[in-house]
Amino acid sequence: MSETRERKDFSNGPLCLSGRGVTKVFGIGDRKTVAVDHVDFDFHEGEFVSIVGESGSGKTTLSKLLLGLMNPTEGEILFEGKPRDISSGSKKREYWKGIQAIFQDPFSSYNVFHKIDSVLLDCINMRGGRNLSKEKKIELMTEACSFVNLKFAELTNKYPFELSGGQMQRLMIARIFLLKPRILLADEPTSMVDACSRATILDMLLDLRDETGMTIIFITHDIGLAYYISDTVYIMEHGRFVESGKADEVILNPQAAYTKRLISDVPKIHEEWDLSTVDLLSKEE
Amino acid sequence: MGNVILEVRDLKTKYVTRFHEDVFAVDGVSFKIEEGKSLGVAGESGCGKSTLALSLMGYYFPPLHYISGDIIIDGKNISGLDPDAVRKTVLGKEIAYIPQAAMNALNPTQKIIRFVEDVIRAHEPKADKKEIRSRAEARFAELGLPREVLDKHAVELSGGMKQRTVIAVSTILSPKVLIADEPSSALDVTSQKMVIKMMRELMEKGYIKSMLFITHELPLLYDVTDDIMVMYAGQIVEKGTAKEMVFDPIHPYSHGLMGSILVPEEGTRGTTLTAIPGTPPNLKKPPQGCRFAERCRYAKDECRYHAIVERPFGEGRSYRCLIGVDQLREVYEHE
Repeated sequence: MSETRERKDFSNGPLCLSGRGVTKVFGIGDRKTVAVDHVDFDFHEGEFVSIVGESGSGKTTLSKLLLGLMNPTEGEILFEGKPRDISSGSKKREYWKGIQAIFQDPFSSYNVFHKIDSVLLDCINMRGGRNLSKEKKIELMTEACSFVNLKFAELTNKYPFELSGGQMQRLMIARIFLLKPRILLADEPTSMVDACSRATILDMLLDLRDETGMTIIFITHDIGLAYYISDTVYIMEHGRFVESGKADEVILNPQAAYTKRLISDVPKIHEEWDLSTVDLLSKEE
Repeated sequence: MGNVILEVRDLKTKYVTRFHEDVFAVDGVSFKIEEGKSLGVAGESGCGKSTLALSLMGYYFPPLHYISGDIIIDGKNISGLDPDAVRKTVLGKEIAYIPQAAMNALNPTQKIIRFVEDVIRAHEPKADKKEIRSRAEARFAELGLPREVLDKHAVELSGGMKQRTVIAVSTILSPKVLIADEPSSALDVTSQKMVIKMMRELMEKGYIKSMLFITHELPLLYDVTDDIMVMYAGQIVEKGTAKEMVFDPIHPYSHGLMGSILVPEEGTRGTTLTAIPGTPPNLKKPPQGCRFAERCRYAKDECRYHAIVERPFGEGRSYRCLIGVDQLREVYEHE
């Protein structure tokens, strides 16, 4: 049952996305919240990076900064070595050709008025395939769907809400397959699907990386998942990276107390799950 | 052998769609839970886990309908009761139910103490406010919830806290069975652990006598429950103790499920997750033979024609497959 997958080491490749002193502050004066606090990162081409943290650790704010949905308060983000420029709408669209995302909730990721065909056709048009023949477009869509184990013939003329959560998330990956961005940002793409579809989706993401060599940034709260899938892991607590490094080093030999706690909180099967580490009376608020 | 708290015999329930088609969501399920034990139910989305929970607590409002079978709680048969009678006599007192989004069940305009009053007064209409408060405070203190929570509104609590509050409120009458349907799936790992710890305390302190825990997270089931049963297309395909099910699954479906386990332990990285291809069958017209045959790697022709019955093996285990236990074990070994 344990087939092994060849894992190439991409962590020395050319830099794809990096950040220096990236900070995001919400609010002003006494009511200010520092959501992301002077983080530095270097994501290489073809690397599978995970950012792990609890609710409220600033993961999602960081992902919005990376996607260019908001600007950092301080610090700069470099895309392929050059400072990122998203000051105008057309520059933003240009940037989004290089970075795409899959979100947590598949049910709200699609426009309910658009059929699946038009979702996929949009991607082809965006990659400059507007003038291709109809047959060629269908061929491309069929190929993308078969990459994620869906049948285009069954999907055509349907609406996204007619699919199950796992299928929608796979269709999202088919979109990414057509778009072939340099970077894919996946924000908890598997937390709303069951364990079985989760395995399928994770394997597809790995296939996608191996096939196209894109950088995948995977944001999750599940450290087991991060360990399975990624080359490099960044552990985030209160807006800061407390630990980062190769997945094997960080997970099997954690240094930061926070990482140790996260690991101990995940139910395991080969060792005792220690319930005494959580204190029920501790005030969460 | 302990005292049997919950016994279910050949339970069958169905949904009726608006086109008057029957969907057999729970199709001949039988199991027993003894006093002080917990049973886990695993399976994919859409295989009938949640319908089983609703059927057990007698929640037969359209489109869900009862067909046949017995549900016996501590010697009392509650199957076929009118849903309103169930609500007055069974829910809260005999069975408590915690859905996945339990935290959304709290009315944002009411304080937590009002929900406690609701639950207690549904069964003891004359209960006095002061007495209810002292009972609630005592129980909250036992379960490690701060007593200030009682005077708060739901919006003031965090997700994990809300979930724990709902569990404490719904078990305030010390029900015999607690049905937890994915109680921690929407929470992060630390809050999840707190919820689990609290459920363990409920069991240890004897406030609940048995528990049915539904989830698709297998490592969690392994750590929380004594026994696990795997459900597929409305039927139980395999039953066994938690340890046996995780380390020695027999049915090809349970074997596939166990192949999708992810834990942060050495050896997980680098392996390929073995996902099961395809989707569960349409239960409007369940397949004539083995329901898993379409997706099974080991299926033979006869699997598609023979109706498959539960076959016992080992110590108290059973499975639903035509292929022999030893044969399957051998196949898995050589993979």
